[in-house]
Amino acid sequence: MLEAASLDCERGGRALFGGLSFSLRPGELLRIAGDNGRGKTSLLRILCGLLPPSGGEVRWNGSPIRSLGEDYARELVYFGHAPAVKDDLTAAENLAIACRLAGNARSGSEVSAALRSLAVPEAAVAKTLSQGQRRRAALARLVVSQAIPLWLLDEPLAALDPQAARLVEGLIEGHIGQGGMVVYTTHQEARIEGRVVNLND
Amino acid sequence: MTEVLRCILHRDLLLALRNRGDVGTALLFFVIVTTLFPLGIGAEPALLRAIAPGAIWVAALLSSLLSLGRLFAADHADGTLEQILLGAAPLGAVVAAKTLAHWLVSGLPLVLIAPLIALQYDLPARLHGVLVLSLLLGTPVLSLIGAIGAALTLGLRGGGVLLSLLVLPLYVPVLIMGAGGVEMAAAGASAQGHLLLLAAMLVGAAAFAPWAIAAALRISAE
Amino acid sequence: MTATSTNWFWYASPQTFYPLAGKIARVAGIAAVLLAVAGLYVGFVVAPTDAQQGEAYRIIFIHVPAAWMSMFIYVVMAIWAALGLALNTRLSGMMASALAPTGALFTFIALWTGSLWGKPTWGTYWVWDARLTSELILLFLYFGFMALQAAIDDPRRADRAGAVLAIVGVVNIPIIYFSVQWWNTLHQGASVSLKSAPTMAASMFSGMILMAFAFWMYSIAVTLVRVRCIIRERG
Repeated sequence: MLEAASLDCERGGRALFGGLSFSLRPGELLRIAGDNGRGKTSLLRILCGLLPPSGGEVRWNGSPIRSLGEDYARELVYFGHAPAVKDDLTAAENLAIACRLAGNARSGSEVSAALRSLAVPEAAVAKTLSQGQRRRAALARLVVSQAIPLWLLDEPLAALDPQAARLVEGLIEGHIGQGGMVVYTTHQEARIEGRVVNLND
Repeated sequence: MTEVLRCILHRDLLLALRNRGDVGTALLFFVIVTTLFPLGIGAEPALLRAIAPGAIWVAALLSSLLSLGRLFAADHADGTLEQILLGAAPLGAVVAAKTLAHWLVSGLPLVLIAPLIALQYDLPARLHGVLVLSLLLGTPVLSLIGAIGAALTLGLRGGGVLLSLLVLPLYVPVLIMGAGGVEMAAAGASAQGHLLLLAAMLVGAAAFAPWAIAAALRISAE
Repeated sequence: MTATSTNWFWYASPQTFYPLAGKIARVAGIAAVLLAVAGLYVGFVVAPTDAQQGEAYRIIFIHVPAAWMSMFIYVVMAIWAALGLALNTRLSGMMASALAPTGALFTFIALWTGSLWGKPTWGTYWVWDARLTSELILLFLYFGFMALQAAIDDPRRADRAGAVLAIVGVVNIPIIYFSVQWWNTLHQGASVSLKSAPTMAASMFSGMILMAFAFWMYSIAVTLVRVRCIIRERG
């Protein structure tokens, strides 16, 4: 279970939000909404531990994430703005390495299958892929991360064509159905049922 | 944990292999700088033999500085650094693995080519061993200390020059012990003291630098 | 929580510290002037002329205390920085940032007075002696700290990055000093050294101590004034 307790966020001298609290149980989906600059990405980064909050704390199963360190990191998958894909490696190499780094090593066939399901060419070096293909190559990690409980996704549907977007939504719904937790931000209309935290208020 | 560390090492070496140009330029820079000293100071053999240890060591320092820019910047730019920060192994160990990969690619080649440079400076053959050993012990320390600076200056304007300002004062002990050892041997005395101190610096840096690098990375990635 | 620890954290708030800093700065400033007058009087009037170096040696009354302060301030700066990292208090980071320029100033004074001493005594404006060389590297460390903080826009990141650098620096200073000493004895022998100060008469020593305390009070005053400016800036 993920708990946010009274989170304050201050960036560049400006207070973005304050006293934010919510909790997330297995099987729940949370969408972070708000206008640009309201702190959606900052909140997501606070939740995954990349950004320390100016006040309050985040707890995972009762323990503050600051004290859990990499034990917490192993329980989550985080997608930021940039598709975390190395230009000089193939999509397959990228995915295999990403999984091993997260302590979730996968076999070659699983990696290939994941990439194929999102229509990403495996053997081409990522430099040669389009923006959308690169994004999908990164998102293919979700296919092999069903066992990882918490997904924190920043604009997962950005730069995706409708078919790929539906695929990713399907992955998210499947994960929720299996008792996983997803927190995501998106500008687009939410097509998946779930709670909303709106940073505009 | 070793799985993750081996993965990082393998990844960085693979990336360096696919970007051989980068690696080659750092080595070339080292060679060019060592050529500059005789051009600037004069090429009398006695003079060259006297300045050889210092000149080669200064060139190694500068080359190390130059290659540090590559350590974290690429990962920071394409977002993979965050994934590394969220990896399944303690960050200190992960950065140590990255620094090791960096040294294998940027430091070790200098060590291997040093005897050739020593020939250019007419350094007696009996001193080549000490020179190589001092560089072998010292260049990892340069990588470790430099990595702290690279992590602190990640994404900042004025990056490269700022990095030099931060890191060069910290390089001074390594330079003194490294070049000094070879000079001791040249004077007929034993270089053992200097080399042992270099080894101590290496152990100290390997033990403490990863903490500082990890802390600096977390601060820079906020 | 005992009363004392509550009080510490209350003062850790920049807003509460602001008026207190002003009061302390005023007292320290007055003390600095008084001590400086006393110290300079002892140094330039009371202390006897040196047999070998004549009147020129008197510059050590500024040179040595300045060198002491330059080292002392770096250590204090590193302590504040470490506190800021460990306890996550904003004021600690501000104190560290406020200390740096004063530390750099004393380092520069030590170098400059060392150079002025060198000319009449050994004929050159710069000697590569262990202490002067170490002071020069210390100056670079100060500049590095200030440059790093200047290059980072976000004050919080600047404080924390500076803190890591200051801690790394303070750990390295003994190593740097030791290796420069070693280098100096190997290359130059002990002939030329600012350590060859005249044998200390009691008055000379008391003069240096007075100046050291004067510099210390000055540092406190100036640093607190600077911290007040930083507090106003960051709001």
